[in-house]
Amino acid sequence: MKLPLYLDYSATTPVDPRVAKLMCDCLTQEGNFGNPASRSHVYGWQAEEAVENARRQVADLINADPREIVWTSGATESDNLAIKGVAHFYHKKGKHIITSKIEHKAVLDTCRQLEREGFEVTYLEPTTDGIISPKQVADALREDTIIVSLMHVNNEIGVVTDIAAIGEVTRANKVLFHVDAAQSAGKIAIDLETAKVDLMSFSAHKIYGPKGVGALYVRRKPRVRLEAQMHGGGHERGMRSGTLATHQIVGMGAAFAIAQEEMAADNTRIEALRQRLWEGVKDMEEVYMNGHATQRVSGNANISFNFVEGESLLMSLRELAVSSGSACTSASLEPSYVLRALGMNDELAHSSIRFSIGRFTTEADIDQAIEQSRNAVIKLRELSPLWDMYKDGVDLDSVQWAAH
Amino acid sequence: MAYSEQVIDHYENPRNVGKMDEDDAHVGTGMVGAPACGDVMRLQIKVNDAGVIEDAKFKTYGCGSAIASSSLVTEWMKGMTLDQAGEIRNSNISEELALPPVKIHCSVLAEDAIKAAIDNYKSKQ
Repeated sequence: MKLPLYLDYSATTPVDPRVAKLMCDCLTQEGNFGNPASRSHVYGWQAEEAVENARRQVADLINADPREIVWTSGATESDNLAIKGVAHFYHKKGKHIITSKIEHKAVLDTCRQLEREGFEVTYLEPTTDGIISPKQVADALREDTIIVSLMHVNNEIGVVTDIAAIGEVTRANKVLFHVDAAQSAGKIAIDLETAKVDLMSFSAHKIYGPKGVGALYVRRKPRVRLEAQMHGGGHERGMRSGTLATHQIVGMGAAFAIAQEEMAADNTRIEALRQRLWEGVKDMEEVYMNGHATQRVSGNANISFNFVEGESLLMSLRELAVSSGSACTSASLEPSYVLRALGMNDELAHSSIRFSIGRFTTEADIDQAIEQSRNAVIKLRELSPLWDMYKDGVDLDSVQWAAH
Repeated sequence: MAYSEQVIDHYENPRNVGKMDEDDAHVGTGMVGAPACGDVMRLQIKVNDAGVIEDAKFKTYGCGSAIASSSLVTEWMKGMTLDQAGEIRNSNISEELALPPVKIHCSVLAEDAIKAAIDNYKSKQ
């Protein structure tokens, strides 16, 4: 079976072969298999050295101190640890949290849980192109606000949040600022020496590292305190217990180090591929790029093909591994909450496809994606009564639909 | 999601795609569903003076199962009387296409489209 062409790098990435090699060296008897917490023999010391080297590699990419990096199982855990950890530690100071409607579920569901515990959450609404502004954050602050949590790059639409400007607002108001950087690390320069971010979540598998490992940056100056969510053994300065997974951590470190070396070149190439894709489809009528035109990460192209339903489009694009803004594949029939939060109507949200381009995508891949997308859209519009009506000049919003 | 062979066949080679003149007294048009829900079906039948469906056409905005359900019923309806067509049930459609539970609503919508087309035709007589 010929595998479909992979254009879903925002979902996950393959491990870079250079990374995989280093990981394999940390598994078997001949390798660096020791427990990094073992203090009494050389197996432990070697493993600890590998873990600390990786910690430095991660810190270097974001210009932080290695002592500010806490290993976790991934960005979801990092988000949980950051938000719940702060809420539980600082609950006497206040009970108000600010986030946005387009955050990842790891943040939204964590906030929902805290609401059940008695915290109050404000969900900021983005502009139609997906921007959350520093002013919105400033306006939402209250006396009892303890933390603001916003993502650096949105996973669906690729829009970049101005975390430097928002950090100025939160710091001036003595409110902590958490940023989910799962989609931005290794793709956008991050400098935590200058950006006033207090907590930042990272994932390895979005940038050619392994799944199952991530990190949380916890600022030392000014010091941020957290209540641990995982107890037992006091690893990671008590913030996250559990034996460190040397091979995973080494993989994450190597992936971050490679990203630091190759980010600029990767970005230039990926940006050109994204542009090529957009140029290849945008001349068809009623095709829209979702999210801000320029304030976005290089690899993301979230495109709506109006009057074509997303799931049937995916069915036609079987030879492309992409994802859809339509959740019709689940039983809910709800289109993407992110696209809805931009104020997009349901038809457009249902008709969106997220193409995400990465390190191993080629021009030939993009040309194939363009050809298949065009063919699929033309075929499905031939089948679409909505396209007929649009061509006949019927305003679809004026039609009384029988919702079912 | 895995699709049945029948769904893929109708999706790849939809039967009777098209549009008839809505104003023709012999044509009944049923349009059901809503863009917000991700499915809209337009089903049209052309009925002769003997009350037999001579031709059927459809266009569907929706998932593969919705397209297959409407394509299938256009095939079935041709040559049926209005009464026979009115007896097509969503369970017949979902069985024929081996639809999974989350896609049963597609067959329900196709049944609704048949009824709407028949009602529209009758209202013109």
